[in-house]
Amino acid sequence: MTTENGGDVRLAGISKTYGSFTAVKPLDLTVPQGSFFALLGASGCGKTTTLRMIAGLEEPSSGTVMLGDQDVTALPPYKRPVNTVFQSYALFPHLDIFENVAFGLRRRGIKSVKKQVGEMLDLVQLGEQARKKPHQLSGGQQQRVAVARALINHPKVLLLDEPLGALDLKLRRQMQLELKRIQTEVGITFVHVTHDQEEAMTMADTVAVMNAGRVEQLGAPADLYENPGSTFVANFLGTSNFIEAEVAGRSGEDLTLKAGDGKLVLPAARCTAATAIGGKVLVGVRPEKISLTHADDAGSIPDGRNRITGRVVDSSFIGVSTQYVIDSPLCDAFEVYSQNIERDSRLAPGAEVVLHWNPAHTFGLDAAQDIEAGAAKVEEDAAA
Amino acid sequence: MTTVTDIPAAPAVKTARPPRKRGRLVPYWLLLPGLLWLVVFFALPMVYQASTSIQTGSLEDGFKVTWHFATYWDALGDYWPQFLRSVLYAGAATILCLALGYPLAYLIAFRAGRWRNVVLILVIAPFFTSFLIRTLAWKTILSDSGPVVSTLNTLHILDVTSWIGMTDGDRVLATPLAVICGLTYNFLPFMILPLYTSLERIDGRLHEAAGDLYATPATTFRKVTFPLSMPGVVSGTLLTFIPAAGDYVNADLLGSTDTRMVGNVIQTQFLRILDYPTAAALSFILMAAILIMVTVYIRRSGTEDLV
Amino acid sequence: MPFVRWLRRNLVVIAGLVTLGYLLLPNVVVTVFSFNKPKGRFNYEWQQFSLDAWTNPCGVADMCGSLSLSLQIALWATIGATVLGTMIAFALVRYRFRARGAVNSLIFLPMAMPEVVMAASLLTLFLNMGAQLGFWTILIAHIMFCLSFVVTAVKARVMSMDPRLEQAAQDLYAGPVQTFVRVTLPIAAPGIAAGALLAFALSFDDFIITNFNAGSTVTFPMFVWGSAQRGTPVQINVIGTAMFIVAVLLVLAAMLVGKRKNKAV
Repeated sequence: MTTENGGDVRLAGISKTYGSFTAVKPLDLTVPQGSFFALLGASGCGKTTTLRMIAGLEEPSSGTVMLGDQDVTALPPYKRPVNTVFQSYALFPHLDIFENVAFGLRRRGIKSVKKQVGEMLDLVQLGEQARKKPHQLSGGQQQRVAVARALINHPKVLLLDEPLGALDLKLRRQMQLELKRIQTEVGITFVHVTHDQEEAMTMADTVAVMNAGRVEQLGAPADLYENPGSTFVANFLGTSNFIEAEVAGRSGEDLTLKAGDGKLVLPAARCTAATAIGGKVLVGVRPEKISLTHADDAGSIPDGRNRITGRVVDSSFIGVSTQYVIDSPLCDAFEVYSQNIERDSRLAPGAEVVLHWNPAHTFGLDAAQDIEAGAAKVEEDAAA
Repeated sequence: MTTVTDIPAAPAVKTARPPRKRGRLVPYWLLLPGLLWLVVFFALPMVYQASTSIQTGSLEDGFKVTWHFATYWDALGDYWPQFLRSVLYAGAATILCLALGYPLAYLIAFRAGRWRNVVLILVIAPFFTSFLIRTLAWKTILSDSGPVVSTLNTLHILDVTSWIGMTDGDRVLATPLAVICGLTYNFLPFMILPLYTSLERIDGRLHEAAGDLYATPATTFRKVTFPLSMPGVVSGTLLTFIPAAGDYVNADLLGSTDTRMVGNVIQTQFLRILDYPTAAALSFILMAAILIMVTVYIRRSGTEDLV
Repeated sequence: MPFVRWLRRNLVVIAGLVTLGYLLLPNVVVTVFSFNKPKGRFNYEWQQFSLDAWTNPCGVADMCGSLSLSLQIALWATIGATVLGTMIAFALVRYRFRARGAVNSLIFLPMAMPEVVMAASLLTLFLNMGAQLGFWTILIAHIMFCLSFVVTAVKARVMSMDPRLEQAAQDLYAGPVQTFVRVTLPIAAPGIAAGALLAFALSFDDFIITNFNAGSTVTFPMFVWGSAQRGTPVQINVIGTAMFIVAVLLVLAAMLVGKRKNKAV
């Protein structure tokens, strides 16, 4: 069906401007054959525009789109071996499920579609519903029809534009696994656009985080999470705590930093900022990496861990974990998530505590950027 | 890990790309025939009419453009009562349409339940019977010996209407009341349908919310329902007033020589007396008057009530 | 006082039904008087029951001729206005182009203009061009004033259409023509049908503009107008009643079909 690299998507210098507004800045990106690739970002970051340029629904202002060895930049959508699962599905309301799925085959002049459509509907477990109209199906079923309608054409690349956005949380989780299963089964390249970081991390083997028309960082989900390259990525993917610090010295593979009166250790390899002595860096650490110990037991903390003192301001119990907000001289709202294994009942608001973590979980970023970048965007999305 | 790579400043793959002006001209081709039709048979005639209105001459010798604007003054001087009547009758009919149409639109939107479509059909269906036939039926309904007139007479309503000059003695036919009644009837659906459309869009929960916030049904209507239906009220009154002001059928069939409206004058001048300049001037004045009134009305309702 | 309370709660219903009665009363009269046997030339007062007019609907000179002429004109005007109006509606909703404001007002103005003004000015044009008044001038006029209404009806439907449906069709290998025929047109169909139905009704029933531009040609509304001066045959009421019944059935059928279609959207 496809040649060796027939499913590679290569974008070279691709950009899109509307009048004076730049939706996508010149962008180079390669999505290898057979991968599940996610474009992640807040609304308006250019991820959907990028997807639509691959589909041919949007004409790039500059650059080229290559599918394998073929330059498809000038091809209209109906001549590209690419299919899309649209946001809110765009199922044809006047056609039944069978005809919706058969649409692409018929347009390509294939006469006997019955067997193929039947098999495809079975794959998405909708064989019984073939003669129903789209509006008679539930959201999840419609979503599967949209996937079937695209996949039946054996595209070289399947594009998914926020395919799960309209579903409720539980169904979304279920469909995430379902889509992942289908992708593994058919082996087609999937390019998935989403604003939901959990969705991107669950499904994709590579995630490109987009912000303001450009790719901020690209990599495997765990890599992005553990080693964010900017405050935007650190905040957009989960929550991060930041401390402003100054490089004090170097010992072997580690940097020693001065933060207020304290001293922190950061592996040099995990710092993306310049590390000259006296330079400023932002020290980041994820809330779940931090342990809390009551100040009275400070002596029991092993050596070699980064430590900060503070006072509990707020704690909320959410079942699997408890989320604390800690006030410390270095940072006024430190987030700490701790598993509810052995809860220390003394850790109530007002308690003096010591926060400590393994230095290997620390990451360093250039201090010359907005600490809040990305965090606000997530809230806006949640509100929208 | 995957084999994803960022191509650093990839050498742009040069391909001879045809300029892709997909459908740049399509909208113009789509618009052309219809717009041409409107320009030639709607806009251009207006220009011809403007030029006719300032011509002088006679049928035998032909008409010439002499920039004779006096025609306008003469027309206004001769026919101001008909103009006044047009505005008054159309205004009265519009108010009556609103008063009669609003309850029915409200009924269809909120109270009709499963009868909604049936009532809607009953409102629309008379459209399809020639309106002239239906207007003639009013001659029967309002006839001097009919039950309507005798009831009004018994209730002494006709005494009141006679006193304000709407009717004449024991008669309703051939009086202003009959003309207004006919106009109201003819343009009522044009009021009901836009009202219904805007009422239907109102979320029923708003009524519950207003009630929850201590509004009585009357207050709810005044503060919530009616303001939200303003777009319908505006378009409904326009759709009623404009055609009513230009109508001459009701005045002719149900009225008398004392109820002639400006439409009647234009029609007679154009088709019987063949005084084209006067007819053209009259129709221009009517058009200008209506356009001005409509603009002022839309402005007012647009800035003060609609926001 | 339960009765007063009931009355207050249902006041709007009662008022609405009174209006409905007002709207339908003339149709009742038209129907009843189609069974009348009038004395003299005018059919305004009830005399006695008769089926004469129903058994001989074309018994009046020229009436059925004018009726068939009106139907023909309405048919052609509907086709013309629907095609031209649908094209404009699509251009307005789906494309960006210059002078959009001017186009919009050119479409709005005919609806905001008193008929008598349009009628008189169009006649001025025809007289100036020396056109022969008759079938063609009527048809031209009807297409002109129906056009705007079709544009409005179709535009409303096309605007509520999800543009992604057409993109999905393109994505699934349908070229521009196929996309239009297989997706756009079927989904826009209810709007186009509504526009066409409206155009038919407007054209068939038009009197004022037709009266100015018909010359010696007589359409059905003109026949009725003339008979109001000369004498009204009962057959007019027969036609009126038949039209009402056909209209109700047509609208009912259209609503049933529309309901099914609407469910799908």
